[in-house]
Amino acid sequence: MNETPLDAEHRALGAAMTEFGGWLMPLRYTSDLAEHRAVREAAGLFDLSHMGEIHLEGPAAAAALDHALVGSAAGIAVGRAKYSMICAPDGSVLDDLIVYRLADQHFLVVANAGNAPLVARELVARAEGFDVVVTDRSAQTALIAVQGPAAEGIVTALVAKADADAVRALRYYASVQVTLHDGAPALVARTGYTGEDGFELFVANDDAVALWRAALAAGEEHGLVPAGLAARDSLRLEAGMPLYGHELDTTTTPYEAGLGRVVRLEKPEFVGREALAARAAAAPERVLVGLRGEGRRSARAGYDVVTPDGTRVGTVTSAAPSPTLGHPVAMAYVTPEASAEGTALAVDVRGRQEPFTVTALPFYRRQQA
Amino acid sequence: MASYPEHLQYSREHEWVDASSPAVVGVTSLAADALGDVVYLELPEVGAEVTAGTVVGEIESTKSVSELFSPVTGTVVEVNQAAIDDPAVVNADPFGEGWLFKVEVTALGELLDAKEYADLAE
Repeated sequence: MNETPLDAEHRALGAAMTEFGGWLMPLRYTSDLAEHRAVREAAGLFDLSHMGEIHLEGPAAAAALDHALVGSAAGIAVGRAKYSMICAPDGSVLDDLIVYRLADQHFLVVANAGNAPLVARELVARAEGFDVVVTDRSAQTALIAVQGPAAEGIVTALVAKADADAVRALRYYASVQVTLHDGAPALVARTGYTGEDGFELFVANDDAVALWRAALAAGEEHGLVPAGLAARDSLRLEAGMPLYGHELDTTTTPYEAGLGRVVRLEKPEFVGREALAARAAAAPERVLVGLRGEGRRSARAGYDVVTPDGTRVGTVTSAAPSPTLGHPVAMAYVTPEASAEGTALAVDVRGRQEPFTVTALPFYRRQQA
Repeated sequence: MASYPEHLQYSREHEWVDASSPAVVGVTSLAADALGDVVYLELPEVGAEVTAGTVVGEIESTKSVSELFSPVTGTVVEVNQAAIDDPAVVNADPFGEGWLFKVEVTALGELLDAKEYADLAE
């Protein structure tokens, strides 16, 4: 199993560790709920070094990505980022990604940990014939996220004075190359997976421990705490964000997941285009919906969704008792007939039907500052 | 190595029971820590007959759900309503305020002392 460069830091902080995507990762340091609330109210510090970082550099970098992915890479301005997906020829989702355009001819593709080797292999294969070099730098790159309303104040304190304004000015889904206080270079992006304002900092493995400690120190007065994968999962669920392996997998196309907007069918060619064009025109067999629990018992991934008379209409993909909202929330694939907002459904929770109501996603939306 | 209160006895399913009458039952700190933040408790009803080693309820945390076993056989005479209302007390004080239910005991299950439980927990 892979360990991140911050493994010893997690252990020193008393983290409970868990396997995720082939990596040993912190599940929680103290309490899932406390870490979740810290991110909503102050800030949380996450080790995301398990994520994959694949670079494409060369005159045809944009063209290669436009062939390989469903979105438009050529349409991303330098310094900006876009959420995208890589699909199989049959239109099924191999991974969901964030694509950063770092320079005119340089893109960074961030892939999920468990899929990163596959994505890297696919990008190499799909870039064949394009004037571009594909480099998987996942093993050399650490990723540390600072998420929460206090994140800006903390991250500006981590970078050299000359770069603080650039961090402050960063827009959502934008990135900038900065120098940290100790002189180490970092790519700072205003992105995240929590539903809050926040930043993700890409650094070389050798610089990860210093950045992690500096962030903990700078964040202390702001209420920052280290946060594990448990909090990350409940935060992204409240924010209605899909998790690969749950809402997305190789049996799913972007359309069922409600993410058809990321597919740019106006591109004349890309892997999966034919299948996705057909899929876009067809009526969906199942739809991803949000479910609000009316009782106290939470659903869990894999549980059946049923109508009040007990007819099975779908499957729960993710679920948790929402720490912010105080009631159970779930995402589920259901038949189109059962997908209208306000539809009264139930989830079979270990043999007992618990009432749930179809609700618009996201469950939680932060107040814009 | 963690140590556990000497005056309690323990089941292999990570419940504890004391020697009072009626006996007080709860889950151990090891179980509470492994579960993560407890957010929902389903406890047996007052008057229910419970059998040692059988499932009598469930404990749900933010990340998982696990079955609650009774460490003793007998009749449930009280449940901890405060813990049902605020299950966080199970994490905060599993051997005290976070107790779960009380049983008029007719028979004990297979129980371990604190040292044996600590060995099991290793």
